[in-house]
Amino acid sequence: MRFMVMVHATKDTEAGVMPTTEELAAMGKFNEELVKAGVMLAGEGLQPSSKGARIRFDGDKRTVVDGPFAETKELIAGFWIIQAKSKAEVVEWMKRCPNPTGAMGMLEIRQVFEAEDFGDAFTPELQEQEKRIMAEAARHAKG
Amino acid sequence: MTATDAHRAIEAIWRIESAKVIAVVARMVRDVGIAEELAQDAFLTALAQWPEAGVPKNPGAWLTTTARNRAVDLLRRRKRAERKYEEIGRELESEEAAMPDLDTALDDDVGDELLGLVFTACHPVLSTDARVALTLRLIGGLTTDEIARAFLVAEPTVAQRIVRAKKTLGAAKPSFEVPRGADRGERLASVLQVLYLIFNEGYAATAGGDWMRPQLCEEALRMGRILAGLAPQEPEVHGLVALMELQASRLKARLGPTGEPVLLLDQDRGRWDHLQIRRGLVELAKGEALTREPGPYLLQAAIAACHARARVPGETDWARIAALYGQLAALTPSPVVELNRAVAVAMADGPAAGLAIVDGLAGEPALAEYHLLPSVRGDFLAKLGRFDEAAVEFERAAGLTRNERERVLLLSRAEAAARGEVA
Repeated sequence: MRFMVMVHATKDTEAGVMPTTEELAAMGKFNEELVKAGVMLAGEGLQPSSKGARIRFDGDKRTVVDGPFAETKELIAGFWIIQAKSKAEVVEWMKRCPNPTGAMGMLEIRQVFEAEDFGDAFTPELQEQEKRIMAEAARHAKG
Repeated sequence: MTATDAHRAIEAIWRIESAKVIAVVARMVRDVGIAEELAQDAFLTALAQWPEAGVPKNPGAWLTTTARNRAVDLLRRRKRAERKYEEIGRELESEEAAMPDLDTALDDDVGDELLGLVFTACHPVLSTDARVALTLRLIGGLTTDEIARAFLVAEPTVAQRIVRAKKTLGAAKPSFEVPRGADRGERLASVLQVLYLIFNEGYAATAGGDWMRPQLCEEALRMGRILAGLAPQEPEVHGLVALMELQASRLKARLGPTGEPVLLLDQDRGRWDHLQIRRGLVELAKGEALTREPGPYLLQAAIAACHARARVPGETDWARIAALYGQLAALTPSPVVELNRAVAVAMADGPAAGLAIVDGLAGEPALAEYHLLPSVRGDFLAKLGRFDEAAVEFERAAGLTRNERERVLLLSRAEAAARGEVA
């Protein structure tokens, strides 16, 4: 399965504040771990929205608006695409990420749609996984 | 976090760390079965303690240390029975004392130990089935059930296979070190063969079946990338990863709307995974930079790259593909390679050139039941206007193929040829 992990933008990323050398080194090391584990499919930083644009679609109408965009909450500053067996696995990986945007940061994880023909098969697999976890948990609750 | 959430998180951490933990312990106890058990013990301890105590800051180090401690206990107990383990026990004790920063020390060593485990799991003394099962189990971290479903065999069969594999290794007493001497080439070839086998099993799987099967491609790729990180100076490793990335990039375009296979030249290239193609091309470049004599995986990857780079079939560099098949034939001569070369040569230089090569394959026993030989020959003959001969070949091909849709297609080509048309 693939997951996209998005870095929420902040005032600093929008202002083009560059990461410090230490922050870059730490992030580089983390990315190296993802690569060594064979799960890193893609990872990029995005330039501030001042260099970007939006296209509004309304029926046949197309309206182009150049950045910057005021609502930082609506923006992302970077992304990874990670290969993993479950959402829980991506979560555990990304917990190891150094703070992506200074002291405060937010990462958002979304699962990528794979070939439609997997559709039905997902549920039985996840159900089995649930059963296995519940059984293990029950075994350990008993001590 | 509920108990189930905590357990799910710990299981996810285990998926991430298990191969490295097993690798470290295996290097210590020199036994794959015991290493797996001790690693499992550490996992179960984590499951019991972490929900209450919290997940440690470096869970990988915690698991490895816990498993190592169990291994040290085991070795000390053995020491009392067999004096020769005393050396290892003493070594470990002084190692323990001298280890200031556990985290960085583990990072440095684990790479070599993990690589050693990969080589051990793919040891040539084991049957191919055994190597595949053991690799998926120890390196991939798949459960016995997942492996069974992936290969469409019963779970007890896989369980038995793994038990016997561990016994065979126990008897053979491999070194668990990374081979660096005269046998490195053969040992590495064995590893690459196992990974490619796993990949092809997944690649050949039709959609709609058990979802474990296509997931084999992901597993093979992940393990291949890990290997590329551990042995970056090996060109064929990069070649294999490149080949797998490039082939996998076409997975979504391979099947038509009713599940029928779509030939590469007919595929909707918009459905190719271009990020994956880019990764494949990067790996190919890495491999090619390391050697002036590309091996079979690099060559096959280079061929796949020619297709991947063409935005439309008409842009395909057939001359280069033909040349690459020529190099491949020199390294690993096979009638199938020759047949593929004939197709490429025909695309580059015309059907007469291709026919000349195919005619040379007429008596090949290996191709006697292979429907693609008469199919390709029929195609060349039709394009040369030799329609009667073409019709005979297409009919022969139709009789040899086991795929119904393909049979129908070949018969319609035979009919077209009988009418004097190139279908």
